[in-house]
Amino acid sequence: MTKEYKGVYTFAEQVDGELTGVSLELLGKAGDLAADLDTDVTAILLGKDVADLAKVLVEFGADRVILYENDELELYTTEPYTQVVAAIIEEYKPEILLIGATAIGRDLGPRIAGRVHTGLTADCTKLDIQEESKNLLMTRPAFGGNLMAEILCENHRPQMATVRPGVMVRKIREENRTGEIINFDYELERNNKFVTVEEVIKQTKSKIEIQDADILISGGRGLGGPENFAILQDLAEAIGGEVSGSRAAVDSGWIDKDVQVGQTGKTVRPTLYFAIGISGAIQHMAGMEESDYIIAINKDPNALIFNVADVGIVGDLFEIVPKLTESIKAERAKQD
Amino acid sequence: MNIVVCVKQVPDTNEVRIDPVKGTLIREGVPSIMNPDDKAGLEAALRIKDKTGAKVSVITMGPLQAEEILREALAMGADDVYLVTDRAFGGADTWATSSTLAGAISKLDYDLIITGRQAIDGDTAQVGPETAEHLDLPNISYAQEIEVDGDEVVVLRQYDDRSHRVRAKLPVLVTALSELNKPRYMTPGGIFDAYREKEVVQWVREDIPVEDENIGLSGSPTRVSKSFPKAVKEPGMKIEEGVEESVQFIVDKLKETYIL
Repeated sequence: MTKEYKGVYTFAEQVDGELTGVSLELLGKAGDLAADLDTDVTAILLGKDVADLAKVLVEFGADRVILYENDELELYTTEPYTQVVAAIIEEYKPEILLIGATAIGRDLGPRIAGRVHTGLTADCTKLDIQEESKNLLMTRPAFGGNLMAEILCENHRPQMATVRPGVMVRKIREENRTGEIINFDYELERNNKFVTVEEVIKQTKSKIEIQDADILISGGRGLGGPENFAILQDLAEAIGGEVSGSRAAVDSGWIDKDVQVGQTGKTVRPTLYFAIGISGAIQHMAGMEESDYIIAINKDPNALIFNVADVGIVGDLFEIVPKLTESIKAERAKQD
Repeated sequence: MNIVVCVKQVPDTNEVRIDPVKGTLIREGVPSIMNPDDKAGLEAALRIKDKTGAKVSVITMGPLQAEEILREALAMGADDVYLVTDRAFGGADTWATSSTLAGAISKLDYDLIITGRQAIDGDTAQVGPETAEHLDLPNISYAQEIEVDGDEVVVLRQYDDRSHRVRAKLPVLVTALSELNKPRYMTPGGIFDAYREKEVVQWVREDIPVEDENIGLSGSPTRVSKSFPKAVKEPGMKIEEGVEESVQFIVDKLKETYIL
């Protein structure tokens, strides 16, 4: 019964007519999975006046885009989006459907899985095809990140997963890549599950909680003064992170208490933590040692921070950090 | 007006530690609590009750000791509480859990159902929307504010960089964020009543109108094939080179780890 389901599908999330980053990341991963399964990649694109985005999806790796446009889909609401995706599943029978684990994806995913009666694995950080069975092996953190679980959905299709943003890698854009674009024919059924959006309130500048940041650039006593945090800010902007600091930097009045990492500050576990000019007091390490990847820059080769760092750089931060910022900008420019 | 709140008993994952030698999860001595998002959902229901005199029923699925959080819900002010408990329901994934919960809820009168957004032991955020699907109700996820307006509900729904004010006709299922409010404490009188006066209604397999193929381990489309603790960290590498080399080294590492 599962055999008739074919192809790797992704949900291409767009907000205000712009594709979210994770939508492109999903295409990268879907390409790898499709290669292992000897099949192709289809992106599902829903919205109002979003046809232009289909080409972008093709350039980032979609072999085919199923497009559905409707005024009702201008703002995301659960029911119409669920209806259309469920109808596409019914017609095209995908083997795998990947959705970004965003505030939209984590609402849409379970609703679709419930409707088409299949399994859904939340917030995956790793996806592979099992060799013999060709099933999708989905890995996700559980117990507040203390435990990893490998999950299978063997007897139901599609195998559905939401995927954490920032984990998978987007492919390099190929400007002239071609793909098929299909306009999906479907009439929305107005039912009791439609809701009305009365107001959209955009947060102009959201207050950043450092615990939520994927990348933190942390500075300590080695920065020497508040004015020097500007070079950390530059690095943060280049790489897409937030600036935080040690107690020494907070106590000296260089940065806000809000962004202090450590026992007396906040405990963080970002994907990437830069410890710059931080010696590595135990109280600081208690707040950051569980970060996925730690890079420390310090001029003292005996600094304790090097004991927890994945990468330790002995050197002058004032020389290294600005150059690093330039290199990262150059890399990012190459990738776009 | 009738409100049903779904709650879950969870281990306090802030207290979970890894055995540094064996690399396994230490569960002993980890306190069990009412899941924080669910507790905010219960508080939201109780505030509606304070205003309108709504009846608040609380339901949980779990082992017998999950009764503790139902007593806590009673002590906070819930009117009646239900424990769905049976070996047949064990090992359920989100699909089977939500179909069981939907079956249980269908036995009650409801205008509004509130669940937490997600439980801190699983973090899936799937049981709320899937339960709504099984009950054929609209769901509004990630509620920052919940207000009842006649036969409608108005919810401030959080997205990544914005919120939507959403209006829907009851009955509706809403999933609550812990930021929604600060849950009240149990009162001494409430605690006394919760244990002496009030009853925890127990529902077993036969009490729940749900098909066998939709419950428990065998009714679960997904299964955990393996679980393992997050890898313990190896000591990293340290280099002492020139500025250019150092920068290149970092950039290479960022590429290797797919951050760049």
